[in-house]
Amino acid sequence: MPHSFTREDLDRVARLARLELDATEQDLFARQVAGILEYAAQIQAVDTTGVDPMSHPPGGQAAMRADAARPSLPRDASLAAAPEADLAAGLFKVPRVLG
Amino acid sequence: MDRPFTVCEVRDAVASGRVCAVEICQAALDRIAASDAGINAFRAVVPERALARAAALDARADRAGLPLLGVPVALKDNLCTRGIPTTAGSRMLDGYLPPYDAAVVERLEAAGAVVVGKTNCDEFAMGSSTENSAYGPTRNPWALDRTPGGSSGGSAAAVAARMVPLSLGSDTGGSIRQPAALCGVVGFKPSYGRVSRYGLIAFASSLDQVGPFATTVRDAAVAMDALAGHDPRDSTSSTAPVPAFARALEQSPGNLQGLRIGIPRALFNEGVDADVLKAFDEALGVARSLGATVLDVQLPYNAQAIPVYYIVATAEASSNLARYDGVRYGFRAPGARSLGEMYERSREGGFGREVKRRIILGTYVLSAGYYDAYYVKAQQVRTLIARDYDAAFAQVDVIAMPTSPTPAFPLGERTADPVRMYLSDVFTVSANLAGLPAVTVPCGFAAGRLPVGLQLTGRPMDDALVLRVAHAYERVTAWCGEQPMTAPPSPAHAANVF
Repeated sequence: MPHSFTREDLDRVARLARLELDATEQDLFARQVAGILEYAAQIQAVDTTGVDPMSHPPGGQAAMRADAARPSLPRDASLAAAPEADLAAGLFKVPRVLG
Repeated sequence: MDRPFTVCEVRDAVASGRVCAVEICQAALDRIAASDAGINAFRAVVPERALARAAALDARADRAGLPLLGVPVALKDNLCTRGIPTTAGSRMLDGYLPPYDAAVVERLEAAGAVVVGKTNCDEFAMGSSTENSAYGPTRNPWALDRTPGGSSGGSAAAVAARMVPLSLGSDTGGSIRQPAALCGVVGFKPSYGRVSRYGLIAFASSLDQVGPFATTVRDAAVAMDALAGHDPRDSTSSTAPVPAFARALEQSPGNLQGLRIGIPRALFNEGVDADVLKAFDEALGVARSLGATVLDVQLPYNAQAIPVYYIVATAEASSNLARYDGVRYGFRAPGARSLGEMYERSREGGFGREVKRRIILGTYVLSAGYYDAYYVKAQQVRTLIARDYDAAFAQVDVIAMPTSPTPAFPLGERTADPVRMYLSDVFTVSANLAGLPAVTVPCGFAAGRLPVGLQLTGRPMDDALVLRVAHAYERVTAWCGEQPMTAPPSPAHAANVF
């Protein structure tokens, strides 16, 4: 049985998920996620020895497609919804990455 | 002659030339204008675009053969529509204009339907009450102080209030069926893979499915004839042959002789409303009177369906929602000094609380040290839930349950308690986990005038049988014709407008 969800778990997971949380959310989520996991702990009691995990409903397995070039969205259409873009150069713009 | 309203009435009336598509479209727009202020079913209405499309249909010489000719349709706001704002109920996508149409939008329009607008929903389809929309809650047309259910609450309310005869929603754990039941309309979740999800904003990819809301099962079946089929752009879309859904309803209509209906009564615990159970039991009586045999079945692992669902769905959501990073589309927080800060602050500002809560939960169950204990364990129990159904379907042809354990609940009642909200979906999530087709059809009222839904679930890809049984039931009952008081007065004697 996993240990209960702590404030340290929340900080770690928020970093992994690239989520900045305000103080209210930190208090709320630490409590609520712990409560949800406590409720979900009932599945630990189910004997799943030798049972295969199911990732998709049967028959819905992702199909392979041919590895062939095909038309995609025009560049301008792809850039049109970007918060910041250089349409002439065909680039999405982001804040600086390196120092 | 009454003004045509249902999908079949509109199609037949427009095809015969008795009324034109523009008049039908204008009537829908008028109804939305008259009744949506108090309901908030719509996020966007597109009158000019809709009337232009309707006029183009009226000008087409070959229009009479179109299966959805002139039918006004509303789309859940997580279905991409080229040039029409698509927000998925999130601030993250405020003002987003998709560069392409979802496959289901293409299919509906090719069949002659007219898109009139986009409907409100819980943010990224995460919720059971439509209260998690960044644009305010939708209200239940039957009781404006109650939720319409969710997450496709706007699509359910728009049909319930008779603003449109057809709408689309998405169903990841009950998000079509639960609001349809709470709003007194028909809602259908097709088998996993039956309808293309190309252009559906992803929530949990092993569970999501698109489907229709309508006022009759026949209308839902007619819509399915247009919606179903393989699409190479959705790699999970099925290549299985597509049956003729509407025609299948005509196989000995009204006769359920030989049909076996299974009832997993052990799952109906103290959380189920007494009026809901009474309506459900009366519906079983109707099924028996049509010749069906009703048997008890056991679905023991279904008792684990909610925890399994909230682990699997949040894990997949945490992955799917990683794409909202302020780079290619959506909200970007201003003033960030680095790329990392921009990601974190954009996601903080763009997502609402339920979405953040689920991203946290989903990231946690996938993280090192917890993956096996939560995520793999949940996937194993998912296998057992699917096997439960396999075993039951060896004995019966469809399984019946109440769609929702309670009728529509008051706005605000469950927002502070996530687990209590999640339990709204106790009878719906397992069909998604196992990939099964399931329909809800109105079967009575609780607490006076709050609608109750009967859910029928079938074998994988046995969508047509589920619809046929629901149709047989609606033929001999009058529940589908019931309308909320907030619907505009019946235009029954307004034939002269045409």
